[in-house]
Amino acid sequence: MMHTDTAPPGTAAPVFFVTDEEGHHSEGSTMLGFWLYLMSDCLIFATLFATYGVLGRSYAAGPSPKDLFDLPGIAVNTAMLLFSSITYGFAMLEMDKDDKRKTQMWLAITGLFGVAFVTLEIREFVHLFHEGAPPWRSAFLSSFYTLVSTHGLHVSFGILWLVTLMVQVQRYGLVAANKRRLMCLSMFWHFLDLIWIGVFTVVYLMGVLE
Amino acid sequence: MSADAGHLAQGHGSHDHGHTEGGHGSVKSYLTGFVLSVILTVIPFWLVMGGVLDNSLVTTLAILVLGGVQMVVHVVYFLHMSTKSEGGWTFMALIFTITLVVIMLAGSVWVMYHMNRNMMPMSGHEMMNQMR
Repeated sequence: MMHTDTAPPGTAAPVFFVTDEEGHHSEGSTMLGFWLYLMSDCLIFATLFATYGVLGRSYAAGPSPKDLFDLPGIAVNTAMLLFSSITYGFAMLEMDKDDKRKTQMWLAITGLFGVAFVTLEIREFVHLFHEGAPPWRSAFLSSFYTLVSTHGLHVSFGILWLVTLMVQVQRYGLVAANKRRLMCLSMFWHFLDLIWIGVFTVVYLMGVLE
Repeated sequence: MSADAGHLAQGHGSHDHGHTEGGHGSVKSYLTGFVLSVILTVIPFWLVMGGVLDNSLVTTLAILVLGGVQMVVHVVYFLHMSTKSEGGWTFMALIFTITLVVIMLAGSVWVMYHMNRNMMPMSGHEMMNQMR
């Protein structure tokens, strides 16, 4: 009746894998995974920037950035996005304090800044169309619209996501899952502001400079 | 700043089960990032709109550097990235991405610039003649 059990008597059954997988395990890996998604998104923008870098001076005898871009308008756009970044930051700080009402308030303000940004961008595009500068006018304009509207689309979907999460928080409160989602959106939102730095520097400021 | 980074590393660590993902900075770190961003945005707009520098190449380099610095400010103060978050893996991914981006951007612009320059003297007509 010999049992070949090497564990000393009285100890718990040996654990060969980590059984404690519920709840909090995913948070660290979610953040890392979302970060990796952002990095891949970064590569998408890099290819669009590279395309713009190559084609950005091919006007095909059409309008050039100097004729088209309205820098004060772009400065306002930049301010909208920067304000939305800091208000989202405040929302996250209120989330840490589990203050649902204030979190929702800052999220709403962030959303409004986001809407203002997208609205101004659409107005700019409409204006450009009226100026005779649609995407098909020249390689410069094709690459310009592709780059800038890809960013604008990201912001639009960010707003959609923000509204969805606000509904979620309203319904279920600041539960762990909602906090995790809000943190992902936080990274997404700040990341878009970061990309916009590249856009206003390379496209607008450098375009007008040449 | 270093204390801040330490707190972040702790907040994001896998052993931190109690409060969910504690570290996303403080009011102070967000405001610092915001003020720095405003300064780093206003200067390039001022340089270009005011036509401050005569040399456009110098202006271009200046706004590119300022843009790069502002991106770092955003990563540190808004995205709360440090070399320690997620056990260093986010930082690794970031470095990898930056490497790819630099190769892609610099490579594309460089190659296409040379191609353009070599094509430049030829008009469409000349090219047609050469092809015959």
